[in-house]
Amino acid sequence: MSIVESRMDARPELSSRAGTTPALLEVENLHVHFVTSRGVVRAVEGISYTVNRGETVAIVGESGCGKSVSSLAIMQLLAKPAGRIVHGRILLEGRNLLDLTDEEMRKVRGRDISMIFQEPMSSLNPVLPIGLQIMEPLFIHLGMNEEEARARAVELLELVGITDAKRRLDQYPHQFSGGMRQRVMIAIALACNPKLIIADEPTTALDVTIQAQILELMKELSRRLGIALVLITHNLGIVARYADRVNVMYAANFIEKGTADEIFLKPAHPYTIGLMRSVPRLDEPRGRRLETIEGLPPDLLAPPVGCRFAPRCPHRIEKCARPIVLRDVGGGHLTACHRADEVVAGKLVTAPPPAPPRIVQPQAHVAPLLEVDRLRKYFHVKIAGGGLFSSETATIRAVEDLSLSIAPGETLGLVGESGCGKTTVGRLVLKLEEATAGAIRFNGIDITHRSLRGMRELRRRIQVIFQDPYSSLNPRMTVGEIIGEPLWVYRIVANATRRKERITELLNQVGLFPYMAERYPHELSGGQRQRVGIARALALEPNFIVCDEPVSALDVSIQGQIMNLLEDLQARLGLTYLFIAHDLAVVRHISDRVAVMYLGRLMELADRDELYRTPLHPYTRALLDAAPIPDPRVERARAPRALRGEIPSPLTPPSGCVFHTRCPLADDFCRREIPLVRELQPGHYVACHKA
Amino acid sequence: MSIITATPEITYKVPRRRHPAMQFVATQPLGAASLVFIVMLFLAGVFADFVVPYDPLTLDYEAMLAAPSAEHWLGTDAFGRDVFSRIIFGARTALAVGLLSSFLGSTIGAAIGVASAHFGGRVDLAIQGFMDVLLSFPIIVLALAVVAMLGKRLVGGIDVNLILAIAIPMMPRVERVVRSSALAIREMAYIDAARAAGYGNMRIIFRHMAPNVVAPYLIMFTAFMAQAILLEASLSFLGLGVTEPTAAWGLMLSGTSQEFYSQAPWMIIFPGVAISLAVFSFNLFGDSLRDYLDPRLKV
Repeated sequence: MSIVESRMDARPELSSRAGTTPALLEVENLHVHFVTSRGVVRAVEGISYTVNRGETVAIVGESGCGKSVSSLAIMQLLAKPAGRIVHGRILLEGRNLLDLTDEEMRKVRGRDISMIFQEPMSSLNPVLPIGLQIMEPLFIHLGMNEEEARARAVELLELVGITDAKRRLDQYPHQFSGGMRQRVMIAIALACNPKLIIADEPTTALDVTIQAQILELMKELSRRLGIALVLITHNLGIVARYADRVNVMYAANFIEKGTADEIFLKPAHPYTIGLMRSVPRLDEPRGRRLETIEGLPPDLLAPPVGCRFAPRCPHRIEKCARPIVLRDVGGGHLTACHRADEVVAGKLVTAPPPAPPRIVQPQAHVAPLLEVDRLRKYFHVKIAGGGLFSSETATIRAVEDLSLSIAPGETLGLVGESGCGKTTVGRLVLKLEEATAGAIRFNGIDITHRSLRGMRELRRRIQVIFQDPYSSLNPRMTVGEIIGEPLWVYRIVANATRRKERITELLNQVGLFPYMAERYPHELSGGQRQRVGIARALALEPNFIVCDEPVSALDVSIQGQIMNLLEDLQARLGLTYLFIAHDLAVVRHISDRVAVMYLGRLMELADRDELYRTPLHPYTRALLDAAPIPDPRVERARAPRALRGEIPSPLTPPSGCVFHTRCPLADDFCRREIPLVRELQPGHYVACHKA
Repeated sequence: MSIITATPEITYKVPRRRHPAMQFVATQPLGAASLVFIVMLFLAGVFADFVVPYDPLTLDYEAMLAAPSAEHWLGTDAFGRDVFSRIIFGARTALAVGLLSSFLGSTIGAAIGVASAHFGGRVDLAIQGFMDVLLSFPIIVLALAVVAMLGKRLVGGIDVNLILAIAIPMMPRVERVVRSSALAIREMAYIDAARAAGYGNMRIIFRHMAPNVVAPYLIMFTAFMAQAILLEASLSFLGLGVTEPTAAWGLMLSGTSQEFYSQAPWMIIFPGVAISLAVFSFNLFGDSLRDYLDPRLKV
């Protein structure tokens, strides 16, 4: 019965939106199950959507919602034997892909539909030259000979903006940067002139400026070559600029479908609204807490009956326990919410509470808690290919002449792209690395060259929260042991009973339940693990915490929870943070002052509002320009992203100003002279000749 | 209008969630079978006195070189000693030497491996250099050298130096494998977290790193059990291990059995089978343990 009904639905949507031409791809009532030893995971439960020729359709959702599985199902690349398509149809130009034999399906893959994966580092084969990898589909699908394929490969590389294509064909993936590799992946995807490209988080692993380049390229190619694009992502921001239509997915179902304008400007599902509100935005005032979606997505082994979002929904009523289907709220905009009319009418709004007052107000004139003075860190690496016995080394200048200070109770945001040295700064402050030159002073005490033993007491004052909640907790220890260990090692508590009490107290403090002390890390979700990491840091009662990308590995709805927690803890305990991140909006939300780094050097340092309002350094401007904003009107009005090129290798940093290779303002003087950090306005430091 | 997303009615044969032991039996039947054999061997070794029909050391000149029969299941040797009884007592020797030496070798190796990975730099370089030297000798040659150097020292009926001789060549092999796992562990953020909390080296090595290399350690341990049994047999065969009149598998293959094997082939066939079966089952068990513990091979 479900087939008939969903087909009847698919039709009006099609005819109203695409006229008479049939859609390129029609997915109808698709169900995908995974049979595991823990039970049947219903990963996709009856999603339907269409993609028209040349159109960009986005599927947005958090990890585990089934968005990647649904696209793998189209390619029939599900992990076998666990994953199976149990129901539904996938029509490519009217032909049901599920009826094809393996042999026929193989001809469709790479020929009619191609795919781009998230991780450019692992999706290219490291032992084959990239030329061969581009030419392979041409041999297989188009039966080209060596010469034709080579010519086409050169053409493709030029198409994706790789210069000197002829020479680069014979190079291997490790000779390309992450962004370049993703361009190569796009070239491979384009090789056979496919009708549809499925891009699964194509830019998630890339830096902001590179992300903007890649998305711009994909959109431009899709427009020029008439290729339809299915963009799978968790980032609402990038969707706003590039997608024509958006499907929001939650717990194996679409919960809202519509055009980009409809989804962003008139969202009709509390989850969509929550998703947008829990991301800090560059274009919105600050000073309030982030709105969060409380709780966790449901376990797909045993999903809740009725509306699956209901357990986390702030507007939940009795009716929400009943099953819900997508329904029209006007002009083909579909939503699966019992209270959709009220949502659309704007009757259901929640205002986030204001940020809590801090017990320690950061003050500029007090002695800084942490002072970093002309800090340098060089790494010496062996040069590859230098011969068996050669001990020739090259120097990576990870941090170069960096000076910063952080006042008690303050949050200093440290932003930059990957490889800019921001994490190294954190590690130097934590004394996980020894500084090459310069000084680190904590509370007036020089700790730069302190021995391990001499650091022991200070360790209690300086703590750390790591990026990856999966690798930062010892898998062989329970949560209680992890949090309790420092208490015991430092004899902070008198006895086992007190220790247990303190563990409970710490768990409560970070919003976990006391019974979780018995759990092992793998039994917790990513957000919960991050809370355990925070509790471990708090156990030593520090007053300074280095937060190294604490939210970047988390889902958006969880990100907001953790950021609010960090803010609350700062307010309550008077903590001082060095907040390291690559996301400008996140840094803006949480920081008092912001420092921007590029290739180991400080580019700009200013008060947060000042920096975001009047950025003086061209790099800061470029970063702000590249950061997506989840509003299609704003996004469409913005000029195409200006910043070109790649981040140079820190092995061979450019002469003069390190940014000159990508700077729109650079001239000969910039190429020669290293700009000094100057205080242009009180508290606003810039390292640029042109500022 | 509405899109019904009713779940189609499908029933699966869902693999039930089993006890880890049952899971092991189900996924690694060969491993389970070899484990059964190993357990039997252990029981036979421990309760040898109650299992054997004859005393393994009693000479019986009436029944020299007797063929397998109802009286002597596996025949007798040139001195009339019951082969079956000697094999059972030989299991005791083999397991005692094998277990102790592979435990010693793997544990010391693992500890050095984790420490070497943790300290890195020059310490690591020095340790690896030393291990390279040990690794450059074939196992049997190194074991022979140790035995020749240290001689024999019996403690409680077991030759301690024989155990050392077997443990020492194994140690660097375990060390290498454990070190490589520990190197990956060292890069994990939780080790940084432990360093940032100011914990001492001993705590980081034994509390934080060692529990995470238990899987490779266990696998190496069982795999080397087989090697140790084989090595003990080889050394005994060469006359450098266990000496007469103690029952040992390797010893049963040497001596008079070499003169009489054409007349009394049971004298060498059965001890040979015992060695092969023991080695084979330890190897099989080690392999299946590795497959079972490797999370990548789990569905």
